[in-house]
Order: sequence, then C-alpha cells, then structure tokens
Amino acid sequence: MAIGTARVATTPYRPGLRDRLGEWLDRETILGPAFVTPALLLLVFLVAYPFVMAIYLSLSNAFIGRPSHLIGLRNFINLWQSDAFRQTFQNAFVFTGFAVAIKVVLGIWLALLLNEQLWFKRLIRGAVLLPWVIPTALSTLGWWWMFNSLYSVVNWTGIHMGLLDPPGPNWLGQKYYAMAAVVAVNVWRGLPFFAITILAGLVAIPKELYEAAHTDGAGPVARFWYVTLPLLSPVLAIVVLFSTIFTFSDFNIVFVLTHGGPINSTHLFATLARQVGLETGRLGEGAAISLYLFPVLVMVVYAQLRFVRNRAY
Amino acid sequence: MLSRALTKKLAMHAMLVPFLIFALFPFYHMTLTSLKQNRELYDRSAVPLLIRQGPTLEHYQKLLFESSFLTWTKNSLLVTMLATSVSLVIGTAAAYALARMKFFGVGSFGTGIFVTYLVPTSLLFLPLAQVVNWLGLADSKWSLVVTYPTFLVPFCTWLLMGYFRTVPKEVEECAMVDGATRIQALIRIVLPIAIPGLVCAALFAFTLSWNEFIYALTFTSSSEEITASVGVTSELIRGDIYFWGQLMAGAVLGSVPIVILYVFFLDYYVSGLTAGAVK
Repeated sequence: MAIGTARVATTPYRPGLRDRLGEWLDRETILGPAFVTPALLLLVFLVAYPFVMAIYLSLSNAFIGRPSHLIGLRNFINLWQSDAFRQTFQNAFVFTGFAVAIKVVLGIWLALLLNEQLWFKRLIRGAVLLPWVIPTALSTLGWWWMFNSLYSVVNWTGIHMGLLDPPGPNWLGQKYYAMAAVVAVNVWRGLPFFAITILAGLVAIPKELYEAAHTDGAGPVARFWYVTLPLLSPVLAIVVLFSTIFTFSDFNIVFVLTHGGPINSTHLFATLARQVGLETGRLGEGAAISLYLFPVLVMVVYAQLRFVRNRAY
Repeated sequence: MLSRALTKKLAMHAMLVPFLIFALFPFYHMTLTSLKQNRELYDRSAVPLLIRQGPTLEHYQKLLFESSFLTWTKNSLLVTMLATSVSLVIGTAAAYALARMKFFGVGSFGTGIFVTYLVPTSLLFLPLAQVVNWLGLADSKWSLVVTYPTFLVPFCTWLLMGYFRTVPKEVEECAMVDGATRIQALIRIVLPIAIPGLVCAALFAFTLSWNEFIYALTFTSSSEEITASVGVTSELIRGDIYFWGQLMAGAVLGSVPIVILYVFFLDYYVSGLTAGAVK
C-alpha cells in the first residue's frame, strides 16, 4: 500500500522528494516488509486469529446465538463418550489408510505406464488428470448417481459381467460398502496427483543408472526395486505426506456421497464437526472435533519442513 | 509377426485402458444421464450405458430457465475472478520478497506461508464463520471473496517463489545498474520472465476457488448468494425426490469453465501440479 501512496503524493511537482522516496523504497529492509505486509495481515486476521478462536471455542460451551464461557477440556472428554465421535475417529484412520495406500500403489503403477513411449501422450495425460481439476462436489454427485440403490450403473455392469449377484449391494446404505465407496471416490480424485507427481520423479532419474543395472544383469523387477524405488522415495514421501493431510481432512466427498451415514459409518472429522457445530449448534464441541485434525497437520508440517529445508535451502 | 517393441507398446496401451475407463467413465455417465429422457432414465430394464430412445435437452432447459443456476454461476464467476486477482497480486509481492530480499523475519514469514499452505479448509471453517458474521458478511458472496485468499495466497506465494528463484539475479541487477528502481526492475524485467509462473498460479487459483465447497456451503445459504457447486448440490435436491437428469446437467455445466481452461492450458496444469508439491 505504501507504494501506491508514494506515487500519488509525488508525481508531478516534486522530483526531489520522489527521488528520495524511490531511494528509500529501494532498500530491502523497507521494500521487503512492505511487500509481505498484505499477505501477513491476511494470515494474521484470517488464519492465525481464527485458529486461536478455534482453541477458545473448543474450550467453551459455545452454542450458536448464545453467550459462552470456558469449561476447560470438557468438550474433548465428552467427545470420547459419544459413539458417533469414536466411530468417526476410527473412520478417519481407516479411510486415510486405505485411500493413501491404494493411491500410492496405483499411482506408481500408472506413472510407470505413463513414462513409457506412448501414442497420444498428451491426450492420455489430459484424460488421467481430469478427475483432479473438476469440482469435487459436482463429480461426487456423478458418483452418487452411479451408486444409487435402484439405478446403480456399477451394479448393472458388475451383474452383466458376472462379478456381482443380482441385485448387487446397496453401496451407500450398508456400512462397509459405504466406506468402500467413499474410499473409491477419493482414490479416483487423488490418483492423478500421485501419478503425475511420481511421473515427474521418474523422469528425473538418470537413464545411465538403468543401463548400468542392465549390464550388471538386473531384470525389470530388480531394476524397479533397486534403482527406481530408492530414487523415487523423496518424491513419494512428499506426495504421501501431502495427501495424508488432505485425505484426513476430506469433507466434500463424504458430505455429498453419504452425509456421514449409514449410522455414522463414514463420518470424518470435518463432516462430523459441521454436523455437530452447525446443524445441531454445539459450536464448542464442533470446534473441538475440527481440532483433532491439528496433530496430523503438525506431524505433516514438521516432516515436510525437514524435507523442504534439506532440498531447497 | 509384430516386432517385440511394437508388442510391448501395445501391451502398455492395453494396461492403460482400465485407468482411462476409471478416470473418464463418471464424466461419460454424467453427461449421458443429463441427455436422457426421463422415460428411459427411470426404466430399470434399459441399458444404462447408452441412449436408445433419443437424446433430449429438456434437463438443461429446466436447469437454465426454471432454477437459479445462472445466478449461481454468475456468483461463482464473480467470487473466483476477484479472489484470484487479489490473491495473485498479494502473492506475487510476497513471493518476490521471499525469493529475493533479506530483511527481518523473512525466514519465519516463509515458514508461516508454507504452514498455511498445508492448513486444510476444514480445520478453520467454524471460527471463520464467526469472523464472517462479525464482518457483517454472513450469507453474502463477499464473505467468499474475503476468505478464499486465505488458501489462495499461500499457494500462489509458494508457487511463484519457485519461479522467481529461477530468474537469474544478474538480469535484474543489470537493469538496476542502468538506473531502474527495484520496483521498475520487478515490473519490467522479472514479471515478464515469470509469465509462465503467473499464468500457472492464476489457473490454479481460479480452479481452487471455483472448486471450493466447504466455505461456500457454510458462509452462504440463500439462493441469490450461493456458488454453482453449492447450488447444484443443495438446491436441486429437494426432499426425497431427486431429479437426476437435471442434477447431472448441473454437474456437467458447473464443470464447463474449468474444462475449457483445462483444454487450453493442460501443460500448465501438469507443470503447476508438480511444482506445487515437489518444489
């Protein structure tokens, strides 16, 4: 903002002042802070402050439209006595564990395929990446329809291929099937990110290493195990960390597909926090549920910072 | 006989087919459903993979003229464009400072940006809803213009910082030796070189805010203020009767702006995706 005012104030008449201001602005100790101030204000007022407020809310008995006072850790303790929360806690780990593991395996597999000589390379990449750029809430609506209890195209195809017994499962109405469906959609949306990032890691591996391994008599499996995988591990670690936090905190897929049901069997922290905090109005408890995402965030940030520091600084 | 190389190549393509079907089938099925007549759509003996009884634009017509879909799209466009431009300006300045200058606190600021970049929106939506109330922006699309930069600015800053670091310092120093000020050097020399980075950041910021869901769902609710994703998922579903044709038409049309950008700028998406995570 300082830049704008400086210009307006000095344009036509006073070149002397303008020069002085210009010189002053040229100093890194002045210009640097001036450049980061807008971003800093944003982070302080709309990220740090809400975070402090989240902690306050979680320690209070806040209810929408009512004054609140502090009640200590009671929200956190009460949560453990609720079946819905215990179920959610378990769901979060099952969901994240399965989704990330499947994405890693399929991601490596897909990246290896994309790294081969292919016809229509650009077109194939474009198709693979598509699920990642389309609004998740909207594409999940498509999946919701595909898993519909009466008209499921998944079941229709499965039955006609002889893989499922008619009438096929009620995907979103049965406990384990619902979790499988939610994981499947998460994998569908997250796989492109894994594949494309791992592909970038694969491309960076020097060809000479493969040739050397080849002359030493290593077969394709040995080459993958002893050359590709070790050299890919930094990229893999970053992708997994990244994906862990965003899978753990997922909201859109569960909200659109199952609303946390049947009987809380697919609720994640974010969806339960919304239900408790907004739909039933218990803001304090809702904030406490959201904060369960924080330890995971801290672990991921810590690990990422160590990686990034080692690589970039 | 096919040569060995050709056989291998064909095998690779064959192995890609399941992945391509997995990636694309939902879009195919969505589009197909949106074009089917209700008669065929709700006929349980019909083949769901094809349109046999002729396509119809009836669902699109209803969506455009009998629901507020156009208003939602306008809201989405307004919010997305404003949030993207604001974030790009703030992010560019911050990224340049982080990449090039040394001053008090620059290290911790960089860490702060990175940490915020990893904060999921679902962690802070409850307290942010309170902040939005206090700002007097409850149930207004402007609440989204104000809050979207909280995830867009860290993203843009992080991405652009990587790009600015690749611009050689000497180019800039030459300009400054010739009498340009720091700001002139930034605007005339560094930014033009970093245009691919700026395009990339703009594209991703546009995509992220167009696709944002939880803030839009929480901070806005009336039909005049909500965005396309929220409109389609909440207003088109009334009670227990779903209008699947219309719903799928909404999902398809709501994705169109992103698909258009995507088709034209595919390479930027690929490079930005890897830069965002790996750099």
